Amino acid sequence: MKYVLRVNGKRHRVDVPPMKRLLDVLREDCGLTGTKEGCGEGECGACTVLVDGVSVNSCLMPVCQVRDSDIMTIEGLSTGKKLHPLQEAFTRLGGAQCGICTPGMLLTAYELLARKKKPNSSEVREALEGNLCRCTGYTKIFESVLAAAARRGKKRD
Amino acid sequence: MRAVGRSLPRVEGVDKVTGRARYVDDLVFPSLLHAKTIRTTLPRCRFQVVLDPAFDWSRFTVVDARDIPGKNAIVLIEEDQPCLAREESQHAEEPVLLLAHEDREALEEAGAHVRIEAEPLAAVLTLDDAIAKGTRIFKRILIEKGNVEEGFHGAARVVEGTYRTGLQEQLYIENQGMIAVPGEDGSITVYGSMQCPYYVHKALKALLALPPERIRVIQTVTGGGFGGKEEYPSIIAAHAALLALKAQRPVKLVYDRLEDIAATTKRHPSIVKIRSAVAADGTLLALDAQVWMDGGAYMTLSPVVLSRGAIHSGGPYRWPHVRVEAICHATNTPPNGAFRGFGAPQTLFALENHMDRIAQELGIDPVALRRKNCLRDGDATITGQVLRQDVAAAEVLDEALARSQYEKKRKAFARAKGPVKRGIGVSLYYHGAGFTGGGETWLASKAAVEVAKDGRVHVLAASTEIGQGTRTVFSQIAAEALDLPIEWIVVDDPDTARVPDSGPTVASRTTMIIGGLVQKACRELRQVLEAHGGAGKWSPERFRALAKAYLKTVGPLKAVAQYETPKDIVWSDQTYKGDAYGAFAWGCNVAEVEVDAVTGEVRCPRMTVVSEVGNVIHPVLAVGQIEGGTLQGVGWALLEHIVMKDGRYANAQLTNYIVPTSVDAPEFDVKLLSKPYARGAFGAKGLGELPMDGPAPAIAAAMRHATGARFDELPILPETVLARLAKR
Repeated sequence: MKYVLRVNGKRHRVDVPPMKRLLDVLREDCGLTGTKEGCGEGECGACTVLVDGVSVNSCLMPVCQVRDSDIMTIEGLSTGKKLHPLQEAFTRLGGAQCGICTPGMLLTAYELLARKKKPNSSEVREALEGNLCRCTGYTKIFESVLAAAARRGKKRD
Repeated sequence: MRAVGRSLPRVEGVDKVTGRARYVDDLVFPSLLHAKTIRTTLPRCRFQVVLDPAFDWSRFTVVDARDIPGKNAIVLIEEDQPCLAREESQHAEEPVLLLAHEDREALEEAGAHVRIEAEPLAAVLTLDDAIAKGTRIFKRILIEKGNVEEGFHGAARVVEGTYRTGLQEQLYIENQGMIAVPGEDGSITVYGSMQCPYYVHKALKALLALPPERIRVIQTVTGGGFGGKEEYPSIIAAHAALLALKAQRPVKLVYDRLEDIAATTKRHPSIVKIRSAVAADGTLLALDAQVWMDGGAYMTLSPVVLSRGAIHSGGPYRWPHVRVEAICHATNTPPNGAFRGFGAPQTLFALENHMDRIAQELGIDPVALRRKNCLRDGDATITGQVLRQDVAAAEVLDEALARSQYEKKRKAFARAKGPVKRGIGVSLYYHGAGFTGGGETWLASKAAVEVAKDGRVHVLAASTEIGQGTRTVFSQIAAEALDLPIEWIVVDDPDTARVPDSGPTVASRTTMIIGGLVQKACRELRQVLEAHGGAGKWSPERFRALAKAYLKTVGPLKAVAQYETPKDIVWSDQTYKGDAYGAFAWGCNVAEVEVDAVTGEVRCPRMTVVSEVGNVIHPVLAVGQIEGGTLQGVGWALLEHIVMKDGRYANAQLTNYIVPTSVDAPEFDVKLLSKPYARGAFGAKGLGELPMDGPAPAIAAAMRHATGARFDELPILPETVLARLAKR
């Protein structure tokens, strides 16, 4: 089947079976390998992308479900050379160690900050519970998300 | 412009947060084939592989043991593990046949046309059964100090206990994988997720019967290891290489999560039986311990895991008389191997839990018991290693008690009523950094620095970045040693064609030992330049001028440093006496738990961790190691449970192998203390494994405080909790 996908604001024409996992279409057909496979069964969240602003496990979503949607992957989080405040905070505060959960973690955090300007730490915890990290013990991730939210808040004041 | 001791932004950071970092599964090669591994399914059997004659196999590359040009073995300590089993298998996930094809779905289809005709053979599936039947012993270790009978003779009390721990999966989030690319001259290049490029190199040399220069191993960005990518990657590399050489095309072999959990190594299950002699005032007199570990079907690294476990089995305490016997048995289960802590978490869980039992039986406060007996400067460990200047047991204990308000909470929790019981407990531990015993001498690791034409300094080491920040830390060390801006330092990819053998990235040795070699090589480089350029004030600009002049007039500018064992570090593998490690890092945990008496659920809402780790090179990365390792320890204690069924893991998937999520993580209070270790890089000690040792015994102690019941076995699951509470 032929689909035109809107990923990070760009159109991608692909010709794939309708049940092909969105994860594989992004990685193999769109060449966007920033989205990672961790478990293939929706448990780890490494493959998280945003579909119309909502975080989904792209390993559980067939491509036929997203043909009219806007998809955002890690490659779309920052424009040009400037890092998004979340990316900057993860780099500075130790939110990323091995980095394999990081793309999914960042997109889930982005979704949280889109709906909640100043989350408290328990809201951050709960928002990230679908994204497993085996390296950090999560604390540095919480700190990174809170720092990014605080910085963004400051800018707008 | 100091680089060491500052939390600079990670040099690996930007690629990882933008999705640009290329992990093995992100790499594509022209005419790439995918691969599949066919395994036996019975724990021990005599078998024959039958390919369906009606299926068209001509489109597939098919490899079995007969295609191996060299030794059919994954060479490590021993050569007992076949690359591909023939006729008889020793465990249920034994690889027997490999398939490659450009289409992954075709591979699945082909897999369904392979039949394994198997006749089951008698198998031993548990450690208890292995001990009872006396299966193959991978290693037996005896540590003796003083005269243990004498110690028991004068004892006021003899306290005994038995402690058990289970399998644990490393669960790096990036599954294991390799890509092998054949060269036209019969050479092979392997790219992949790994901790130890030279382990893979060594295994491929023997398997493929190729000279070393025909094999090139390159580490790709690696999504976590924790020991799980220490030895197993050699197997995947071997399989990918065999297929690639036969197909004469690049082959990608990346496991999915199910295969990764089912087939790769786990933490060794253990049973530790302790008999101890204690004076009436709580002075420890004698330790008589028996340690058993389950090695699984092949040796892998079991002897070294057992060794570290045995050496740590006395904990950070003074024991005048000691007898520790440690044995690792074979079972017909998938081989167990390296996992952060490497045997020490098992024996320290037993010992620390036993310290609580001693306190309970003698009616002494568990903290007072520890303070009275903990090692101090000048004391000797159970191997007779005299600790000279950097003992920090009492310091970490005092600091952790104060920060956590232990005494106050201990009293308050004991008084509280209600269905949720709260408790607080402490653990005290130490962890030897670097390879065990004579290991570092035997490795004789190398690292180098080389100045490029543009004046930038390249660090050449086989030590891998697996999340812990190797590249950042090496950049800091080189920048500091050469007084250069950190941007002038480049840490090259671990590529066996380019970097020297720095030994494996394991055993908390990368910063302390290899970082030390980087520092030493930088010092030599600086001396060479100063000798060449005459006296003058050192500055980055002058360095660049001198280096460029040297490159022009003399030639390549490179310094190589190799590890040499200091003369005062003496160890005997025969007697297990002497200096087991160059340095020890020290830790104390205070865990709080909440136990729901109705459901049996346990939460660990707060964990205080005080770690003495020598000089800290990068505080944010160091604390990140401590927090991450601690949470793995919390998982091992409370959640992570592998269920065995017929010699296989019944829950080899993330749906029911449960690891801690963001809501399971305790609130951490981590404090680093620092007693510089003169021989480590800029005073650093190894710290990566230390945090794995403390959480489980602290949680078990907190559980006893909360419930009055003893928890001598891991994991502590709700079912166990309810059973213990019902007994009381």
